Amino acid sequence: MAPSTPMRVYVPIDAAALSVGAEAVAQAVAREAQARGLTVEIIRNGTRGMLWLEPLVEVETPEGRIAYGPVAAKDVPGMFDAGLFVGGVHPLRLGKTEELDWMKRQQRLTFARVGVTDPLSIADYRAHGGLKGLEKALALTGHDIVQVVKASGLRGRGGAGFPTGIKWQTVHDARAEQKYIVCNADEGDSGTFADRMLFEGDPYLTIEGMAIAAVAVGATRGYIYLRSEYPHAFRTMQRAIEKAEAAGLIGASVMGSNHAFHLEVRLGAGAYICGEETSLLESLEGKRGVVRAKPPLPALQGLFGKPTVVNNVLSFAAVPWILAHGAQAYADYGLGRSRGTLPVQLGGNVKRGGLIELAFGISLRAIIEEMGGGTLSGRPIRAVQVGGPLGAYLTAAQLDVPMDYEALAAMKAMLGHGGIVVFDETVDMAKQARFAFAFCAKESCGKCTPCRIGATRGVEVMDRIIAGTDVPKNIAVLRDLSKLMTDASLCALGGLTPMPVMSAITHFPEDFDRPPSLRQDIPMAAE
Amino acid sequence: MAAYPAWDPESARAIVARLAHLEGATLPILHALQEEFGHVDPQAVPLIAEALNLSRAEVHGTLTFYHDFKTAPQPARIVKLCRAEACQALGCEAIVETLAREHGIAVDDHHRADALVETIYCLGNCALGPSALVDGELLGRVDADRIAALCRGQTQ
Repeated sequence: MAPSTPMRVYVPIDAAALSVGAEAVAQAVAREAQARGLTVEIIRNGTRGMLWLEPLVEVETPEGRIAYGPVAAKDVPGMFDAGLFVGGVHPLRLGKTEELDWMKRQQRLTFARVGVTDPLSIADYRAHGGLKGLEKALALTGHDIVQVVKASGLRGRGGAGFPTGIKWQTVHDARAEQKYIVCNADEGDSGTFADRMLFEGDPYLTIEGMAIAAVAVGATRGYIYLRSEYPHAFRTMQRAIEKAEAAGLIGASVMGSNHAFHLEVRLGAGAYICGEETSLLESLEGKRGVVRAKPPLPALQGLFGKPTVVNNVLSFAAVPWILAHGAQAYADYGLGRSRGTLPVQLGGNVKRGGLIELAFGISLRAIIEEMGGGTLSGRPIRAVQVGGPLGAYLTAAQLDVPMDYEALAAMKAMLGHGGIVVFDETVDMAKQARFAFAFCAKESCGKCTPCRIGATRGVEVMDRIIAGTDVPKNIAVLRDLSKLMTDASLCALGGLTPMPVMSAITHFPEDFDRPPSLRQDIPMAAE
Repeated sequence: MAAYPAWDPESARAIVARLAHLEGATLPILHALQEEFGHVDPQAVPLIAEALNLSRAEVHGTLTFYHDFKTAPQPARIVKLCRAEACQALGCEAIVETLAREHGIAVDDHHRADALVETIYCLGNCALGPSALVDGELLGRVDADRIAALCRGQTQ
């Protein structure tokens, strides 16, 4: 390596990496380099998604990027001694990042740049294939862009799986002086963190996807509604929007075209219900986050009553790749009616948790056992919740199901936003069922009775079952209540809360019929 | 550890005026007021209502709907502890019990003046839980001792 070239080290600035000490590692690298008189360029990248290896330090060498992890600040001097900048041998050395099994098995389209580039560098974004989709879109008519998105088979990644192209078509065909693009980044489901990782690791991708949507449907304003629990993502996205505007990517003119697109990021305020699209729109308008009845569809009467595209972060983020590489190339991934790739988020009691982007169709078992390595506690897996707090609990025996919308729906489960939470044998499924109701009661917007009252009644019924009071009678009440909430709630919060409850009672009936004396907490195994 | 100025109608009015031009300005204004004063004094309601041409009831409704907005001064140290499913799978409920039993800290007890451990649902750190958020910093793999130390004012 020529002595004039500064050595390049990557230390993630992703919040998950920071949560286990990445900041101290970055400081230690800077301090150690200075003490040794070395010129080092420290790049604060996103995370590669191998979260159990965080803080993951990478060094650029002539043979490629070499990964070390998990690194503590105290390990840094030893890594320098071992010849860090030639990828020297060290107990924490993992090898070439791209060749690690976890990375090699993935098909990263949406997350291709996350962890690779400097998140806020537009030059880096462009050098790694960014803006090609938007450039293509600007050469097409709105109608043609919509056709490409339709042909790709892209379905909304927020959970409902509605075809994105059809939604865009409706907004495209609507006549109005003002249309809006709204990005749902209210990623409230436990077990999901893909939106956060993407915002912190590659913020321009979502901006580009939203700009393509704006050009396609003729919208000039856009909002990103981001949950307040993500302060790091908020800061990064705010700076990215400022830089994108300064660089002429968005603003009065989208990349020199005669399309204008003004984009703002707005903070939520700790209400889970605002992930529901109509409640999100109410919140953006400055009101209580109360769900609206549909119709009218947001595509026709959305934000401030105007035609509005509301999509999840991952839906917008899939679009630039589709435009750049073609609809068919995207549709070639996946199976059945689930086309493309799905960013799976693996968390909870799992040894190797993180983000895995793969074509639809891999089995839950392959993800949890082969990639995840089983539970962190080392105890057997007992239950797996897929799709957030409104998703079903599955047993260890059911994990051969492929990850796709229809296969999960067929077993009364759902894919949701692609979050997987693993529980070991210490879990008490009656308590999980109680929690599902308690969460619904706390987060209900209060508009419809089945959700507002039903959730509270559900907690009470579960309390009686857990106490061993009239168990068969109370289970009958529970089933009746669940059916009512499913059939009569206005939105998915009340309508799907019975899903985790009923799956728990169906697959783990023994937990619902146990004398209170035997219901004691088994303490967590020490790590 | 945050220290906030006392409620001041003049600077509140200035914050409202600075943001009133935004579309759907209520939430940005409430966030800005809370960032300045640490809470949103109910006296802000008529100020916002007047500036945005809304009824006081509408502004009151928004202020009180969202978990984030506090209408009374908060303790200097707030530890937001995640108690959603992924952290449950890693024993966050055992942390809550240990805090009560061994450290005398009741989660969501708003009577303590110095520190508050507040329940929050999901910080997006589900592979490295149990997680907490303190002074805007995310912490992973926390345990009861660490939460208790944070309550005593220790920095990360």
